[in-house]
Amino acid sequence: MANLTINGKTINVDVEADTPLLWAIRENVGLTGTKYGCGIALCGACTVHVDGVAMRSCGISVGEAAGKQITTIEGLAGNNGALHRVQQAWVANDVPQCGYCQSGMIMAVAALLKEKPKPTDQDIDEAITNICRCGTFQQVREAIHTAANA
Amino acid sequence: MNKHVMPTLNRRAFVIGTAAVGAGLSLGLDLPFGGPAVVRAADGSPEVNAWVVIRPDDTVVIRIARSEMGQGSLTGLAQLVAEELECDWSKVITEYPTPGQSVARKRAWGDFSTGGSRGIRSSQDYVRKGGATARVMLVQAAANEWKVPASECTAANSVITHTPSGKTTTYGKVVEAAAKLEPPADVKLKDPKDWKIAGKPLKRLDTVEKTTGAMIYGVDVKLPGMLNAAIKDCPVFGGKLKSFDEARIAGMKGVKKVVRVGDSAVAVVADTWWHAKTALDALPIVWDEGENAKVSSESIAKWLTEGLDNAQPAYIGNQNGDAKAAIAGAARKIEAVYNYPYQNHVTMEPMNATALYTSDKCEVWCGTQNGEAAFAAVLEASGLPAEKCEVHKHILGGGFGRRGMTDYVRQAVAIAKQMPGTPVKLLWSREEDMVQGKYHPVTQCKLTGAFDADNNLAALHVRLSGQSILFSVRPAALENGKDPVAFQGLSPSGDAAIGYSVPNLLVEHSMRNPHVPPGFWRGVNVNHNAIYLECFMDELAHSVGQDPVEFRRKLMSKHPKHLAVLNAVAEKIGWGKPAPQGVYRGIAQVMGYGSYVAGAAEISVTDGSKIKVHRIVASTDPGYVVNPAQVERQIAGSFVYGLSALFYGGCTVKDGKIEQTNFDSYNSMRIAEMPKVECVMVPSGGFWGGVGEPTIGVAAPAVLNAYFAATGKRIRSVPLRDQNITFA
Repeated sequence: MANLTINGKTINVDVEADTPLLWAIRENVGLTGTKYGCGIALCGACTVHVDGVAMRSCGISVGEAAGKQITTIEGLAGNNGALHRVQQAWVANDVPQCGYCQSGMIMAVAALLKEKPKPTDQDIDEAITNICRCGTFQQVREAIHTAANA
Repeated sequence: MNKHVMPTLNRRAFVIGTAAVGAGLSLGLDLPFGGPAVVRAADGSPEVNAWVVIRPDDTVVIRIARSEMGQGSLTGLAQLVAEELECDWSKVITEYPTPGQSVARKRAWGDFSTGGSRGIRSSQDYVRKGGATARVMLVQAAANEWKVPASECTAANSVITHTPSGKTTTYGKVVEAAAKLEPPADVKLKDPKDWKIAGKPLKRLDTVEKTTGAMIYGVDVKLPGMLNAAIKDCPVFGGKLKSFDEARIAGMKGVKKVVRVGDSAVAVVADTWWHAKTALDALPIVWDEGENAKVSSESIAKWLTEGLDNAQPAYIGNQNGDAKAAIAGAARKIEAVYNYPYQNHVTMEPMNATALYTSDKCEVWCGTQNGEAAFAAVLEASGLPAEKCEVHKHILGGGFGRRGMTDYVRQAVAIAKQMPGTPVKLLWSREEDMVQGKYHPVTQCKLTGAFDADNNLAALHVRLSGQSILFSVRPAALENGKDPVAFQGLSPSGDAAIGYSVPNLLVEHSMRNPHVPPGFWRGVNVNHNAIYLECFMDELAHSVGQDPVEFRRKLMSKHPKHLAVLNAVAEKIGWGKPAPQGVYRGIAQVMGYGSYVAGAAEISVTDGSKIKVHRIVASTDPGYVVNPAQVERQIAGSFVYGLSALFYGGCTVKDGKIEQTNFDSYNSMRIAEMPKVECVMVPSGGFWGGVGEPTIGVAAPAVLNAYFAATGKRIRSVPLRDQNITFA
């Protein structure tokens, strides 16, 4: 049993403390926008914000995440439903192809822009290490700059 | 608002509808364009025909039979239908018909298969006719209502206008009447130069859900009472499951059942997938690995190398003149041996399917590149007839050829059959996905070129040795044992024709099929054949001190479309002009999937082992471009897929098993390694080529040829990680 605060709501989940946060989010809380890609914190498809920091949710346990503010892709938009500026930039630049990695990509970028509102290409190269097999990187880079200048 | 909607056809409505239509369904090669009895969608809106449903509020629902896996053909096909329909694009939504519905309607939507870059090129004609036929019927319905000749009416933007009187109506207002009309026997399609919706860089229809987390992929399916399964198949292909010690995991949390799946796999079914996987990892399993456990990459390589010997039997894929004699008699010749490894597709979404089996119904929810093949797999695995089976297609988290196979669908049904009435979602771990792939085939190639006294290429012998995909996947497609697809990019004619004329040419294939199961891996045989031919062309040019582009041009006069894309790339990248300091160029061209493509790379190399790819220029002639923004994305993405494979890929075999198990041992490019990709589209019209795959073929040889220009070192083996070469 653990209390997880996800997208502003505290939810009691009946899982072992060593369960990866990813699986608690997907299976126990039922938010499926956060994706499983590798399970070893390499691909970034499961990226969420934990206390505002982008983290790979397959690599942290429910026990570690309890009591912290967790934001998933479903909680990125504003309370009024307006898309986050990163999501807006993604739509404007038509970034996703298959889309499976994009939740994690968007969460990583949203965290980057909080830290560096006007990232350089080098900042992007260093901060964004998510894998995209369709190869959307060219549009991802364009959209990051679009969001930064929005 | 454009929204991708999952299938919502009302089964009872269409069964009644199709029964009433009767003979109408046999029109048009089982691709009906309407009829006197109205077929209704689940919400009651009438079909004008199988492709077009219009709601009273003027929403246009376009049915898409091919699968969307990122390549954008969901949007492209909708553009083609909408173009002929003359509808308001802002009111278009799409929907997948199900394979079960298609079978019940005598394949009303034709082929569902989405591979070979054929999603658009092989269905463009009939989907456009679907749109055009619907438009004619809607206009006729308005004309009937107004009691005027249809020839006095025009349609645009979902509005029908009677030109002499200025009267107007909308599609939503006349659709009920239109749906009752006989479809026209023949319709004239627009000249693509008059396109207003097709041919334009319109936004994709599926983007918003892919940025909010709302898109439901197969892995996200939730059904009431659903359980979750994790699976392990024998890691040695061809091996069997001997035993497992179920008692050891019996008390583990959430575990419901441990089941055999076929004769080679075991699955744990639990309340959550995490519980299922945790228990499966703890389950002692004994495999009967069999003879294949003796196979290694080394033993495979040795067997393939033997096939390079001209004394060994081989199938001939292309020949003119007498290459062997010309080479034997030539004063000057060069020879090189190349190889290309196994590759895993590594879709970001691992294989998965959800199945619900009861004694009289079997339903599956999954991502698939071929709804009909998945449907056939459900029939076979469930033992139930077609009318009791259904497949609900979901958007794919990557396909790349892997989801054209149905192994994971069969497994899901086999598990669900052992738990009747309970829906079970089977999800492969990444590790399972890596070791149970359908791999890009392994090949080697010996190339020999001979020159005449004036340093013109007099003969070329390309001898391939290695695995045939068709032999394993589609043996009926072999031609007297020969795999014609093995010669992609090297064929005498057709949609993957060689772009060079050589006086004496011989292309042959010594087929050798190791136990590792092959599959169609985005780009398929074009990938290695383009490396072999295009790197060797570079070798030939340099061996006689000629510019690689000039050398190629001399051999391409009879191949103007191949030449046009090569020239387009050479011009845009500045071939023949100085490159920036420390930057070197390489170039390649190939034809595949009916399209002509070329690519050029600008790279710099540090310490001989760190490659920075600064810039790519790529050109494509696919005949027609349906959505240039999506074609650009396919081209740019092709370099990520092709260069990931070149730098980081390669699956190796030890003790009969694949050694790479996750992204730590099978890496993939990141944004920092992504070069700028500039596209030059030169659609010449008159044919329809594919765009999802061909460009991958030029990615690796363009970079390898640039590496030679930079270092003087020729690389003939993939992946580069085996030679300690990586991205800077």
